[in-house]
Amino acid sequence: MTLWYALVDLLPFEWAQPGSMYFMKNALLAVLVISPLFGLLSTMVVHSRMSFFSDALGHSAFTGMAIGALCGFGEPTWAAVAFAVVFALLFNLVRRRSHLASDTVIGVFSSTAVALGIFISTLGGRSFTKFNSLLIGDILSVEPAAVGLLALILVLVLALWAVSFNQLMLSAVHPALADSRGVRVFWQEAVFSVAIAVVVTVSMTWVGLLVINSLLVLPAAAARNVSRNMAQYHLCSVLGAVAAGVAGLMTSYYIGASAGAAITLFLAGWFLVTFLLRKKG
Amino acid sequence: MRKIKHGRLGGGCSDACCLKLEGLSVQLQGDSILEDVSFHLHCGEIVALIGPNGAGKSSLFRSILGQMPYKGTITFSPAGGPAIRLADGEIIGGSRPLVGYVPQSPSFDRGDPVSVLDFFTAATARWPVWLPVPEKYRTRAEQSLARVHGEDLLDRPMGALSGGQLQRVLLALALEPVPHILILDEPLSGVDIEGEHQLLEMLDELRSRYDLSILLSTHDFATLGQFADKVLLLNRRLLKTGTPDQVLSSPEFYETFHLRMGKGGGEA
Repeated sequence: MTLWYALVDLLPFEWAQPGSMYFMKNALLAVLVISPLFGLLSTMVVHSRMSFFSDALGHSAFTGMAIGALCGFGEPTWAAVAFAVVFALLFNLVRRRSHLASDTVIGVFSSTAVALGIFISTLGGRSFTKFNSLLIGDILSVEPAAVGLLALILVLVLALWAVSFNQLMLSAVHPALADSRGVRVFWQEAVFSVAIAVVVTVSMTWVGLLVINSLLVLPAAAARNVSRNMAQYHLCSVLGAVAAGVAGLMTSYYIGASAGAAITLFLAGWFLVTFLLRKKG
Repeated sequence: MRKIKHGRLGGGCSDACCLKLEGLSVQLQGDSILEDVSFHLHCGEIVALIGPNGAGKSSLFRSILGQMPYKGTITFSPAGGPAIRLADGEIIGGSRPLVGYVPQSPSFDRGDPVSVLDFFTAATARWPVWLPVPEKYRTRAEQSLARVHGEDLLDRPMGALSGGQLQRVLLALALEPVPHILILDEPLSGVDIEGEHQLLEMLDELRSRYDLSILLSTHDFATLGQFADKVLLLNRRLLKTGTPDQVLSSPEFYETFHLRMGKGGGEA
């Protein structure tokens, strides 16, 4: 972190003065880790039409937090991660075993998770308001340890992408074809959904439940408008996410609004731009 | 178009037999999908599988691909290689069989940012395709696509290909590596006359170059005589096997397709 602070201190901003405003410097680093992470995952979420699924995972993460709080864990995030992972695996299992369309299965899971979360968090007449912070998120409250955890997750996702991306892509295109080429489709999908579960749950506190899914959809949706191959697609998605992340954080600092919401608005603007520039034919 | 009738057609199954199914049965949740299906394919032979919707064509393919549990035995005897025997889905002799599979219309949207090169590299190499693809893999994909005269398609997005072009890319992929048997699921649907002609020419070229047996399903009875050495009429059971003429003029064929339609139903 010392190195990072020394680096940021070189920037010509008011908040970048040496020895002060550490929360802002932490937040900037967190954004620089979170945004490429979401930019990467986003490509596959959009490609395999899982945007509704990632939305449902966000809801399940909230339920996990509620369960964690109920059980009296000091750090309910871990309960939430565990719950989201179980949720993701169960969903994959049910989708595989039933003949229902994916979005129906997701709807079943999503509504159950939300209902359970609200039920548990309001049990015994307790107030729901303490969970409000989860809905909006607060990137400025991020601690160096959490940034370290996010960086570790980024490294793991990069490793997953290096090893599994091809197989994931084939599974999304045509499961039977992928299988005929030796891809274990079920496990690929399970690992990917667990990765989304972990990332969504861990970053929810800072990004906010209400907008987290937009970070998993918008970067790749925008990139899809203008790219013709996978390399361009990833580059656009990650760069768009990082640019919107930094711009959103700055905006929220200078005019005082939720950073998660500001980042999402920048991404939406980026989507609009790419839509107007979209490849024809 | 050419008309080749295979010389070994009438005989029993000699060592030139590429694929042999014996007593294959598939049950799904108590329902019988396939009953006691037995046939053999010679190397270098193109065999067409016909039957009404729900006849079990896909289940038959999925059994051969090892994607569905079944009872019975399947033997692969690739040209020049040792035989591979599977009983009830378990390999009891030899290594894992290589089945080239050309699926029916995979889901590509027009805007999908997947180039033919991305798709090919993802399926055949370990190099992660979200990074720019190195020259080595590019050359390799180009060579594979040249087999189906598709090397100019390399940088096109998959979603922008015509039905015939997509089939050719999928065919090139199914031949990488050259499989023991090639299976094509409805390759002629969604392909125009020109594309159909090209595809059939290509299959003919491939079967003679690699001495490959090719099994394909189709609803296009009019062209059967132009390319198929043998036709299998399937409706849960194998109703009739023979040359296109023999099968198309058989009472079984008539019954399966015409009487069914006339009565508006019958057995599933």
